[in-house]
Amino acid sequence: MSRAMEAGRTLAMGENEAAGGGRKSVDAPFGKALARLGLERANIVGLTADLGKYTDIHPFRDAHPERFFNVGMAEQNLVAVAAGLARTGKQAFATTYGVFASRRAFDFVAITLAHSNLDVKIIAGLPGLTTGYGGTHQAIEDLALMRMIPGLTIIDPMDATEIDAATVAMSDHQGPVYMRLLRGAVPVVLEPGYKFEIGKARQLRDGKDVGIISTGLMSERAIDAAALLEKRGISVAVLHVPTIKPFDAETVAAFAASVGQVVTAENHVIVGGLASLVVETLFDAGIVRKVTRIGLPDRYIECGAVPTLQQKYGLTVEAVVERIAAIS
Amino acid sequence: MTRNSPPAEADIAALKARATTLRRHMLTMARGQGAGYIGQGLGIADALTALYFHELRYDPENLGWVDRDRFLLSTGHYSIALWAALAEAGIIPVAELVTYGADNSRLEMSTLDTTPGVEVIGGSLGHGLGQGVGQALGLRLDRSEARVFVELSDGELQEGSTWEAAMSASHFQLDGLVALVDCNGIQADGPVVLDMEPVADKWRSFGWETFEIDGNDMDAVVATLAKARQRNGKPKAIVLRTLPGKGVRRIEQSEKSHFFRVDVGQWDSIIDEFEQNVGLKP
Repeated sequence: MSRAMEAGRTLAMGENEAAGGGRKSVDAPFGKALARLGLERANIVGLTADLGKYTDIHPFRDAHPERFFNVGMAEQNLVAVAAGLARTGKQAFATTYGVFASRRAFDFVAITLAHSNLDVKIIAGLPGLTTGYGGTHQAIEDLALMRMIPGLTIIDPMDATEIDAATVAMSDHQGPVYMRLLRGAVPVVLEPGYKFEIGKARQLRDGKDVGIISTGLMSERAIDAAALLEKRGISVAVLHVPTIKPFDAETVAAFAASVGQVVTAENHVIVGGLASLVVETLFDAGIVRKVTRIGLPDRYIECGAVPTLQQKYGLTVEAVVERIAAIS
Repeated sequence: MTRNSPPAEADIAALKARATTLRRHMLTMARGQGAGYIGQGLGIADALTALYFHELRYDPENLGWVDRDRFLLSTGHYSIALWAALAEAGIIPVAELVTYGADNSRLEMSTLDTTPGVEVIGGSLGHGLGQGVGQALGLRLDRSEARVFVELSDGELQEGSTWEAAMSASHFQLDGLVALVDCNGIQADGPVVLDMEPVADKWRSFGWETFEIDGNDMDAVVATLAKARQRNGKPKAIVLRTLPGKGVRRIEQSEKSHFFRVDVGQWDSIIDEFEQNVGLKP
């Protein structure tokens, strides 16, 4: 139990939001990767809507101030300005919180950006339940919303290594991308040589009884839970699906077919996101498996300390272990 | 040299004749489906003529010329006027205009950006000016002299995103950005629903150098576009007071219709009347 929980404090912001397993971490992996890319790619520009230091783009701002634009607290304009820059040959990385990028600027992402397939990357902070500020700040349904936009690539990375690799990969990719951002001190789970490829799932652990299909920060918890379940005699495989769109249906179907039952784990509501994608995929492939969905309920989440809320809503390693033990 | 660029002196008589040709094209287009946004198109015809045949620097043979001036039609439903201008500019065939709004036509009633000469998707109102801000920033990063012209309308000023963009343009001191604010007094539900006046003062208070003119007065439009060339650290707004249906009495008097629909026989008589009035027919 964290000190905040022991003290009964609701420390909503500023703690290590993504950290789960006491691993070493990297500060601002997204901003560092972008600043590095900016050295060799002169057409990269950075934008934010009054959330530069809260969305880890400050390393790019400090390294390339002439290519950094803060448009103020105006997320519709953030997307429109990024689109205009893209039309002059720039590759625009625009940061804000996921709630604003998805809910508030949706029409701009759909029409001004994606309809024209412009080279703009939306970097969305505070995904799912990584802030205690309640429904105004928790982007718990952004994957479901953004998934409906044709041609938009959607990435939910699991750790600092993957954020770095995904930043490079999305820069190599021409077209609109929405990436969920883990910010601040982000744990390092994957090895440095980890290969990220847009649209590809990666199996992180073998097993036969239960197969966890996970995305985002839940993949770290899935491998930790799998190790604990092994000690209880339950063999658990883990498939990490960092790209929500385009979805690696082939790998997901083959993985599901190789295990006794399936568990999905996502830092998102259990409707419209990863769980829905997995169920649709298995249905289309004619694979019949029991699917247990770990994620947030279809309701607004209250304010509170992140560890408290993650425990309450079943996103901690312990909660995943108990959920899987109960169905095995 | 096929490129258009502003000559030292404007030939106002030739521009007026060209505006008449654009209007005649629009009547042909509206007759095709029996309907269209003809009121708005006829109203903006003079400004679009001044832009495409006087002010803008562009190359109809090379639409992707990186140093071209951009014209962004934010009100996508004004496409009828844009198609007429693009046809006269030699970017799309005049013979194609009759397909306006028909199935499989690339001359949509509300623009997509897949038709040659169209810089942005218009029509989800309030999207144009922000894209103009981005393009002006991008051109400045490239040290290009090219300018960005964004057409928007008085009804569209009710979209809050327009003002987000207006704030950012003056913040970034985008003096190569020119907003053409078409104030024709109508929107979908009839006369402008919310009173947007004083329009010019609003733009001034947002830090824009602002001009207010009769948008159907070619001399005034050309002279004001020339003033707006100044690179003085401020974006420019030209408030155009226009008459919807300008030049065709029956449309001017049609209760300020947002979407004008009559049967083919009436279109023929409207066209006859227009041609007689402008001297195209005895």
